[in-house]
Amino acid sequence: MTLGLAARDGRIVAPDDTTAAPLAVRGLTVTYGEKPALFALEATFDAGVMSAIIGPNGAGKSTLLKAVLGMVTPVSGNIRAFGRPVSEVLSRIAYVPQRATVDWDFPTRVIDVVLMGMARELGLLRPIRQDHRDRAVACLSRVGMEHFADRQIGQLSGGQQQRVFLARALAQGAELYLLDEPFAGVDAATEKTIVAVLKSLRDAGATVVVVHHDLATVASYFERALLINTTRIAEGPVADVLTSETLQATYGGRLAQAQLAQILG
Amino acid sequence: MIGAEFVALSLPPILIGCLAAIACAIPGNFLLLRKQALIGDAISHVVLPGIVVGFLVSGTVSTWPMMLGAGGAALVAVLLIEGIRRVGKLEPGAAMGVVFSTMFAGGVLLLEQSDTSSVHLDVQHALYGNLESLIWLDATGWASLLDAQALAGVPPELPRMAITCLIVTGVTALLWRPLKISTFDEGFARALGLPVRALGLALVIMAAMAAVAAFDAVGSIIVIAMFICPPAAARLMTDRLAHQVWLSVGFATLSAVMGYVLAGYGPLWLGFENSVSAAGMIATVSGLILALAAVLGPRRAPRVA
Repeated sequence: MTLGLAARDGRIVAPDDTTAAPLAVRGLTVTYGEKPALFALEATFDAGVMSAIIGPNGAGKSTLLKAVLGMVTPVSGNIRAFGRPVSEVLSRIAYVPQRATVDWDFPTRVIDVVLMGMARELGLLRPIRQDHRDRAVACLSRVGMEHFADRQIGQLSGGQQQRVFLARALAQGAELYLLDEPFAGVDAATEKTIVAVLKSLRDAGATVVVVHHDLATVASYFERALLINTTRIAEGPVADVLTSETLQATYGGRLAQAQLAQILG
Repeated sequence: MIGAEFVALSLPPILIGCLAAIACAIPGNFLLLRKQALIGDAISHVVLPGIVVGFLVSGTVSTWPMMLGAGGAALVAVLLIEGIRRVGKLEPGAAMGVVFSTMFAGGVLLLEQSDTSSVHLDVQHALYGNLESLIWLDATGWASLLDAQALAGVPPELPRMAITCLIVTGVTALLWRPLKISTFDEGFARALGLPVRALGLALVIMAAMAAVAAFDAVGSIIVIAMFICPPAAARLMTDRLAHQVWLSVGFATLSAVMGYVLAGYGPLWLGFENSVSAAGMIATVSGLILALAAVLGPRRAPRVA
């Protein structure tokens, strides 16, 4: 009941609210109109860990990322990244939006999209030098797209577009990566590439948070999972969190027994 | 054609036409890519009531009260459009349509009811402007371009349009990167900490400025055409944003020069005695350029991802 109270008066009562974790969310409530999208949500994402955010459609997964990045204004709650307000540490955070939110007919090339990841260091007028381009190409080669640098973005397949988005996030050189459904509508090769890149980021000490919808792959891709449906259902190591009770609670009994058996092995 | 008479009668309107076309085409590129191209249409219509109110308050047709009125009306329109869009949860096109048709109609009523019969202020003027009347009587030939005394007599629309064009170009160059990023991927732009809403507002204010200044000089037909036709034609020719903007400037200039010349001399060449409205012809030429680009442009087919 503490959580409900905390959300109601908008203050944080959790004991670890001074955490320096890469991302800590306390008592987060977001509403669209009168419908709550998130209610009194609690979550902590520790350094060097790859975590999945899991839940049904409309559970508030994307809203959580948007609230973290200040794109939607919460009714109440406290969000801290690296122990500070997110707006102060945006340069340490990389974001990969859902692919479908962008007009892929926009007149620009693959390399230009990756260079957007360096926008903060380039500022308004600093010229783009050869070493910026070299770095952008290096980011592209990490996702296997270096030969597409001069392509118009509209000529790419869905999987290739997603890889370019990941390359742009790599160009940001961040410590915390937030990805919104990076595996939606991509081919198997792209999914494999993205997972490999994310694991290498984690191995280098970065924190990776992924909104994920494929329950079958959670255990093989991620160490920790956050199950949400408007509020937190469970949070912890994947093996502890993915149980038939938590999944039924998250998905409201919408999963068939056969599906459950498959996910839980 | 290339003599004293040209410098006095044709050079100023051609230059003013080019500057107005360019000032509108540059922000038009971003409005087009943001699917907000109609806002140019909206702004150029709502300045009519602004100009009438400016006239009623000041009692003269002098420029500044009318420009202030037009600017004020543009601002009111932008706020109304945003308000209706948010409160009514309407798509931007619908909100713009409601606001600009209502405000333009209000302007027509206001114009009819007020005593403007003695002055040169009517709906036709608002639509077509009067480009042909912007002549430079002090000019005696090309040498006048270097004569300070003669230069003092250029139509005031010329320096005003030049300054507007300079500001639009400068602001676009300065905000190029954030404008590009926020137009392509608003979510990512926000995550970078870019002031996305302020950028959108800056773009609309820049467009309003260009529209108001150009409206005063050349009428709203050119404004509406230049916000859309040159950028749309340029988009069909290239897949690079910078190239698109440069091409749109080229198309805008070409429309202004060709339109003016065709309006003045085209009917003569065809054996008629009269000439036709330069503003109308400039807008028509820009439309023809767009039609040509749509038929022949290498990037005309929208791709499916």
